[in-house]
Amino acid sequence: MTVLDLTQAPARPPLTRLALVELRKMTDTRAGRWLLAIIALVAVATVVVFMAVRPADEQSAGQLFALSQIGVGLLLPVVGILAVTGEWSQRTALTTFALVPQRLRILAAKVIAAVVLATGFVLLGLALGVLGRGAGGLLGVASGDWNLPVRAIGSMLLVEVATVLIGVAFGALLMNTPVAIVLYFVLPTVWTTVGSMVKALRDASVWLDTNRAFEPLTGESAATGTEWARAGTALALWMVLPLAIGAFRLVKREVK
Amino acid sequence: MIEVERLTKRYGPTTVVEDVSFGCRPGTVTGFLGPNGAGKSTTMRMLCGLTPATSGTATVLGVPFASLPNPGRHVGVLLDASAQHAGRTGRETLALTARVLGVPAKRADEMLATVGLAGKAAGRRVGNYSLGMRQRLGIAQALMGDPSVLVLDEPANGLDPEGIYWMRTLLRGFADRGGAVLLSSHLLHEVEAVADTLVVIAGGRVVANGAKSDLLASSGRTLVRALDQAALYTALTGAGLAVVRREPTGDGGEAFVVEAPAEAVGRAAAASGTVLLELRQAGGGGLEELFLTLTGRQTGPVAPSPSAPQEALR
Repeated sequence: MTVLDLTQAPARPPLTRLALVELRKMTDTRAGRWLLAIIALVAVATVVVFMAVRPADEQSAGQLFALSQIGVGLLLPVVGILAVTGEWSQRTALTTFALVPQRLRILAAKVIAAVVLATGFVLLGLALGVLGRGAGGLLGVASGDWNLPVRAIGSMLLVEVATVLIGVAFGALLMNTPVAIVLYFVLPTVWTTVGSMVKALRDASVWLDTNRAFEPLTGESAATGTEWARAGTALALWMVLPLAIGAFRLVKREVK
Repeated sequence: MIEVERLTKRYGPTTVVEDVSFGCRPGTVTGFLGPNGAGKSTTMRMLCGLTPATSGTATVLGVPFASLPNPGRHVGVLLDASAQHAGRTGRETLALTARVLGVPAKRADEMLATVGLAGKAAGRRVGNYSLGMRQRLGIAQALMGDPSVLVLDEPANGLDPEGIYWMRTLLRGFADRGGAVLLSSHLLHEVEAVADTLVVIAGGRVVANGAKSDLLASSGRTLVRALDQAALYTALTGAGLAVVRREPTGDGGEAFVVEAPAEAVGRAAAASGTVLLELRQAGGGGLEELFLTLTGRQTGPVAPSPSAPQEALR
């Protein structure tokens, strides 16, 4: 029997190519396209509404940029969730993992694609900040400064990337679209509520609640060492842990 | 090109696939037959590394599927035609496959043309495809990497007679060019026209495995019915001929299936003066009977070859 010479066989697809394929898979379905369009629209709408109703001196490029990311931070994780759970709900996993049996490479490609997507929306936010300030200046409704500090952009990027990856992690852990989406939105709220009510949890929640732990990162002043440590701890709980368990489940599970 | 050895899959106390072994040679189409739930799909998923086997091994081209650096370039896999994203167009589905495989994007259009989905159909979302169109898309996807092995699970499901004929021609051509095809079905007649080798599985175990010509060879049995069945029975046993089965006839009576050629049966009846109403070769080979038993269908008053309408398609 002829045994295939693996050294002569076509090479495995590089991770960059797999990531590009995953990025394309996030954008080539009607549902995916609509979701991304809605996120972009929400970003634009938030900036426009703010410009229409707030005094001119509040309208800085940095403020508009930060505003544009509110909707992104809220909705982009859904894209992350769908990127993973869609394989199971649409059963495309059957093809995906028959073409790439190393399942963790697919998960890695999805993580990279999600990071690229988050970066794209941060760039969109920057454009909105600058354009909004520029247009506001011309219309006489904006007089804030043009300053977009690198630190603010960097922390915002970090938060957006972390947020979308928490989505990917939830999807990977739960492998079920409705469950992952509901838990993604409900769990942090429950945690925040319970954390503020139960005294013993109050101290822990600054460390473990992403809503509270990420807040200082995008604030006016630079985050302190403790604040970074809190953000890191929250990230470990909500992103690293579910992603690790999800990766383990993915490797073990039967694809059908 | 495919080697399955003692493959076993257990879910807790339930054994779904037990000790299954078979092989697929270059230039052949292997029909993988069995009733629904026999373990065909599980075996195929284990072969493709999608379901972990409890024990046993499966190799493609001499190596485990998962060890192939770019499996789609060697093995075309279609396990479930419905397992496609409903919101993606047919062309986009294949374009993604082309990217992963590292083959030119234009191959997507070529394959769409090969399976008859070129033009308008290619731009429609898979959610709007009929099952037959999804099967065609799945076959196109399996062919994208120009593989030498095809693994297809129930690809004829949902295809119309013309589609089944088209697929047979395609698979025959693929095998004739030196490829190996593993093709599953729960219908014997669907694969008997195209397969060279048959592997029959039931209850997770291989119950028959061999060349189609051997397995489907006529059984050499005779079906006989007399005016007086009791007298016929005495005559047959008196002549040393074994009645292997009683077969009900349409009118409430019964016929005997005898392990002997028609002439011996006729002579035994003549010697005893029994009036015969029917004397002919028992329909189907051993495999057909086996298969009908497995699929739970009664052999019945041996219908005039159910394969007759399909003869024209061969």
